[in-house]
Amino acid sequence: MNIAYAYWRTGLALLALIVTACLPAVTSSYYLLGVLTTAFYLAVYAMSWDLLFGYAGEVNFGPTFLIGLSAYAAGLCNTFLGWPVWVCIPIGTAAAMLGGLALVGPALRLKGPYFGLVTLVAVLLLGHAITIFSGYTGGEIGLALRDILTLSSTGNFYYALGLMAITAVVLRIVVRSPLGLILEASGQDSVATEALGFSVIKFKVLAFMLSALFSGLAGAMTVFYFGTASPGTVVVVAVTVQIIIATIIGGRRSIIGSILGAVFLVVAGEFLRPLGELSTTAVSILALLVLVFAPNGFISVFGRRGAR
Amino acid sequence: MELLLQILISGFIIGAIYALGAAGLTIIFGVSGILNLAHGAIVVLAALVAWYCALQLHMGIYWGGLAGVAAAVVTTYVLYALVVLPLSRSRQMAADELPVFLFVATLLFALILQGLLEWFFGSTPVATPALIDGVIHIGGNTVPLNSVLIGVVAWMVLGGLWLFISFTRLGKAMLAASMSPRGLAIIGYDIGRIHLLVWGLYGLLAGIAGVLLASFIGASSGVAINLTATAFTIVILGGLGNVLGSLAAAYILGFLGTLTAFLIAPSLREIPGLCLLIIILYLRPQGLFGRH
Repeated sequence: MNIAYAYWRTGLALLALIVTACLPAVTSSYYLLGVLTTAFYLAVYAMSWDLLFGYAGEVNFGPTFLIGLSAYAAGLCNTFLGWPVWVCIPIGTAAAMLGGLALVGPALRLKGPYFGLVTLVAVLLLGHAITIFSGYTGGEIGLALRDILTLSSTGNFYYALGLMAITAVVLRIVVRSPLGLILEASGQDSVATEALGFSVIKFKVLAFMLSALFSGLAGAMTVFYFGTASPGTVVVVAVTVQIIIATIIGGRRSIIGSILGAVFLVVAGEFLRPLGELSTTAVSILALLVLVFAPNGFISVFGRRGAR
Repeated sequence: MELLLQILISGFIIGAIYALGAAGLTIIFGVSGILNLAHGAIVVLAALVAWYCALQLHMGIYWGGLAGVAAAVVTTYVLYALVVLPLSRSRQMAADELPVFLFVATLLFALILQGLLEWFFGSTPVATPALIDGVIHIGGNTVPLNSVLIGVVAWMVLGGLWLFISFTRLGKAMLAASMSPRGLAIIGYDIGRIHLLVWGLYGLLAGIAGVLLASFIGASSGVAINLTATAFTIVILGGLGNVLGSLAAAYILGFLGTLTAFLIAPSLREIPGLCLLIIILYLRPQGLFGRH
């Protein structure tokens, strides 16, 4: 990839950001803004997940473990303690980062699918915990919050867009730095990385913390966007699958890919909505087709390096 | 005392059903290295098809059960032919990424299957009618003959599986494939056909487990993911690829779940198993009975 091409890509991304930011001025469709807001939060989840999967080589089936922890921690603080939104969001994020720390242990001991199972079990246990303490959490129905971010859909749109842009820039800087290179190396061959004198533990912890930071932020902001925290929106395995699909069909090991995948997935979901309860199934079929026939996603169409 | 006996009997039967499902899962992992996350969905499919054919189409429970098992085998082959095979042959990803892609693909397949099941059969739990009527008395407890039969059938199938692996040429080839696929290919076996056999066997075992489960405690499309988690707990507890280990693990889990269901609350049945899985993975990732 030559330098001119890299500049061209950065310019294109900036242009896309500016055009998107001008969208509320052009359209007043609450529906469109709402759909995009959801897509942007999903994009943040997908980028955080891709940092672990694509770069650090960790199969994390528990992104919703981190997201759910943050969402419920923030939600419970707001509902029962009455703390303001801007205090609850950092608390939720801190909870997600603690959850991330809890996952680092097994991640260092276990490989591939085994670690994936631990994270899957973590999600199932979190779901059970929410059901058991339904007196506080509202169980399946969800927890109604006292406050929300803002009533205006334009405001919500900008909050989500802002978070997504910041996440994209930070993660882009991280993965393009020497740090990202070491992370990728430790994901591909941790023994060789250790032999070169890098502490794999340190970098894995960092990757999990970064991933938890952004998914936690997005998780807490999502519940204050919806005004409610429920397992269906932040915990269940179906949400995890959406995150994984968005990353893979967009193209793993690519920040832009995750964003494209998330927007495509949410918009496709809206188009397939007339199918009713089969719409999730239709999206899954679509994702499976992409996974089997084009495992490198949309981004490979733009001529980027595909497989290693 | 009566409660204890009841727990023992119930745990014995549910353990046998768990063992059936987990045996197939562990064989697949042994031979092809694939962790099949669609397991629960296939078990539930067999249960629901058996229920539908037996009660809605009035085919009787035996034909219904057969239809359920057949549906599980067919679906397993669909999964193999449309997902596993094309992905394994794909040249678009690095070899070390393949297991992860297969893992995600089977998860997607599970969701598709679950969505279709929910759409077709609804999400209310169903139970098939008893295979046989009548009760027997064991130490002051009244036990339906149906439950006894379920336990017996499950054990007979497990026994048949053991005979097949230990004494037939194909079964031995299958065992050899899990030890050294390359060696087996060198002495002239077609590995592709062994894989076909293994997936068929898996579908058969999962199907029988599903039909028995539907008759014992019932099933619904919503429990698929929990069934998958239980089966994985068993397989990992017993050591991946270790059939005898998963038998023992199935019983540990069966009794643990039954104890919880009887003594605390039925809704908490899966939780001790999940906690156990995490502890095992932390302390002994090769499983209780694993060798390395």
